[in-house]
Amino acid sequence: MPAMRVRQAIATAIADEMRTDPTVIVFGEDIAAAEGPFKTTEGLLEEFGPIRVRDTPISEMAFTGAAVGAATMGLKPVIEIMFMEFLGVALDQLVTEGAKMRYLSNGKLSVPMVVRASVGGGLGFGGQHSQTLENWVAATPGLKVLSPSDAQSAYSLLRAAIQDPDPVMFLEPRVTYAERGEVDTNLKMEIGKARVVKPGKDLTIVALGQMTNIAREAAAASSLDIEVIDLCTIVPWDKKTVFESVKKTGRLVVVEEQPQSGGWGSEIVAAVSAEFFGELKSPPIRITCPNVPVPYNGGLEARFLPNATEVNYLIDQLMATGKAPQPWWIREGF
Amino acid sequence: MSKGLDRRKAILSDPVAQFERAVEIREFENQINALFASGTIRGTTHLCNGQEALAIGLASVLRTDDPVSATYRSHGIALALGITPESAMSEIMGKATGCCGGLGGSMHLCDLELGLLPTSAIIGGGMPIAAGAALAFQVQGNDRVAVAIFGDGATNIGAFHETLNLAAIWKLPVVFICDNNVYAEYSRINLTTPIEDLHIRAESYAMPHFALDGMDIDVVREGIQSAVDRARSGGGPTFIEAKTYRFAGHSRADQALYRPEGELDSWKSRDPLLLLEERAKKSGKITDAQIADMKVRKAKEIEATVALCQNAPEPSAKTMFENIWSRKVSQ
Ligand SMILES: Cc1ncc(C[n+]2csc(CCOP(=O)(O)OP(=O)(O)O)c2C)c(N)n1
Ligand SMILES: [Mg+2]
Repeated sequence: MPAMRVRQAIATAIADEMRTDPTVIVFGEDIAAAEGPFKTTEGLLEEFGPIRVRDTPISEMAFTGAAVGAATMGLKPVIEIMFMEFLGVALDQLVTEGAKMRYLSNGKLSVPMVVRASVGGGLGFGGQHSQTLENWVAATPGLKVLSPSDAQSAYSLLRAAIQDPDPVMFLEPRVTYAERGEVDTNLKMEIGKARVVKPGKDLTIVALGQMTNIAREAAAASSLDIEVIDLCTIVPWDKKTVFESVKKTGRLVVVEEQPQSGGWGSEIVAAVSAEFFGELKSPPIRITCPNVPVPYNGGLEARFLPNATEVNYLIDQLMATGKAPQPWWIREGF
Repeated sequence: MSKGLDRRKAILSDPVAQFERAVEIREFENQINALFASGTIRGTTHLCNGQEALAIGLASVLRTDDPVSATYRSHGIALALGITPESAMSEIMGKATGCCGGLGGSMHLCDLELGLLPTSAIIGGGMPIAAGAALAFQVQGNDRVAVAIFGDGATNIGAFHETLNLAAIWKLPVVFICDNNVYAEYSRINLTTPIEDLHIRAESYAMPHFALDGMDIDVVREGIQSAVDRARSGGGPTFIEAKTYRFAGHSRADQALYRPEGELDSWKSRDPLLLLEERAKKSGKITDAQIADMKVRKAKEIEATVALCQNAPEPSAKTMFENIWSRKVSQ
């Protein structure tokens, strides 16, 4: 199996789809000639040419909507929103137009498109270029929302996303782009299916994207036998895998890279609480960022983001007291 | 008067001071570039080398109560408006002494005393804000003027067109300045835009518009002054396209290998610093020897600023919870 960086896994997934499916086209800002600001589209222009691989002007609204329109007429556009925040200027076309096309055409139109966006903090890009904004897209019926955590899931999930007949939002944790991992190009991953990345019996962590890597790190350092689930798909999320795990461990911790308010983790905690009411060994908890913008300063950004030490501290508190522990900003009086 | 206001006043008319500010901006950017390259500063940065005459020309024409809405490429604009090198550089280093307390970074400078609104790192993001500031002045009945300054690439985003139209129909006291430095990221403007003279886009909004040589400060000053005068006297918005050139890559990692051969050199022959130096000499107020001394002094000052900022305190964790709402609410 070849080892590749996450960004190469992404380019490879797109290329493999383009080779097998001539309806796949790719566009975005500086993704063709320059091969992408994060080099996630390396080699595509050269192999597939300028009809199928296009640079766009700085016009997210137009090119996101153009992807919707092209998708309704039989293409499978894969577009790149360089930083998730830029979806803000195009949101209508994705959530209010694209995600409603099938419904408002009485089921006649399909919108098989993928919107790829880099997300997340950790690189010092400041308040307008560091958010995951998962919750912007998680509450739109009609959209599917995915996020890989490593090279294998980037490859396999992106292929699944491109093949899918519905609009898919594909959130790529920017900090992972340079990370290497083995990729089995024959391995299929399904939308809506989570991965147990580390089995365990004491406690279940559900995480997404880069937080999966944090959860793995925490589990490796913990004296507990923690099961780590990489959710992979936020919408529609994999109840079966999560429920089976919690049934076994009796404890749930969700780790999210976004502000506490309005996160998808609330959805999971609510569903688990309802399903296992009275059976859980401890209250299900969420570990998130505080409800503040992403600070630029390196030390503060590191504190802002959930990390393995904090995850394990909270888990230890949970185990010791049986009560939901306070996040660091409450403990420290902020 | 504050240091910033003093610094602003200094460049209002004196060609020597204007040249000196340009030297300062160039030194500043070169140091920032080195600090990023050495890993001392994290994140990303966008240098304004080649665009100094526009920044200083703009600052010398505006009043300090005329707000400017600018972009992530605004170290030069901030310094021209009067922000101190310490304030800007410590922000870029993420220090508590920075203009945003170290929480903003290179793309987010701000100094309200000097009229610098928080700079936006979203393309087109600052344009509606400037129109809104102008709306406030119109409603309040005062004679303040708002300025939006943005890149050539921004002329392709929705906010650009919506804002021009809105400002035109409401006759807002706003000046739109498109800093056409030929590139948007790694794309030459002709690859993304079917017209060469971007200012003609304002024609369809029935807005007065023209292009000017953004490398020549006298031309810049005259052009912006006429637009500001129109806005101040109730004549509504103007669109100015300043033709400049981005001497550096888009951001720190970019070597700009996509430029046509010779293009950079040909623009460098009209480097605003060369033109400003000639102009300063022509004023008869400075000699060659004094210029040489000044350049050395400026370089030393900026070096000292680097050292000062490196030793400045980091912001405390508490600051990340401040300025979220008008009053702090614990969550
Ligand atoms: C809405 C949005 N889309 C894309 C970007 C990414 N981006 C940052 S700078 C830039 C190029 C802008 O070029 P231009 O407007 O000419 O300004 P310059 O960088 O030359 O000053 C792009 C595409 C962004 N910041 N915001
Ligand atoms: Mg430009």
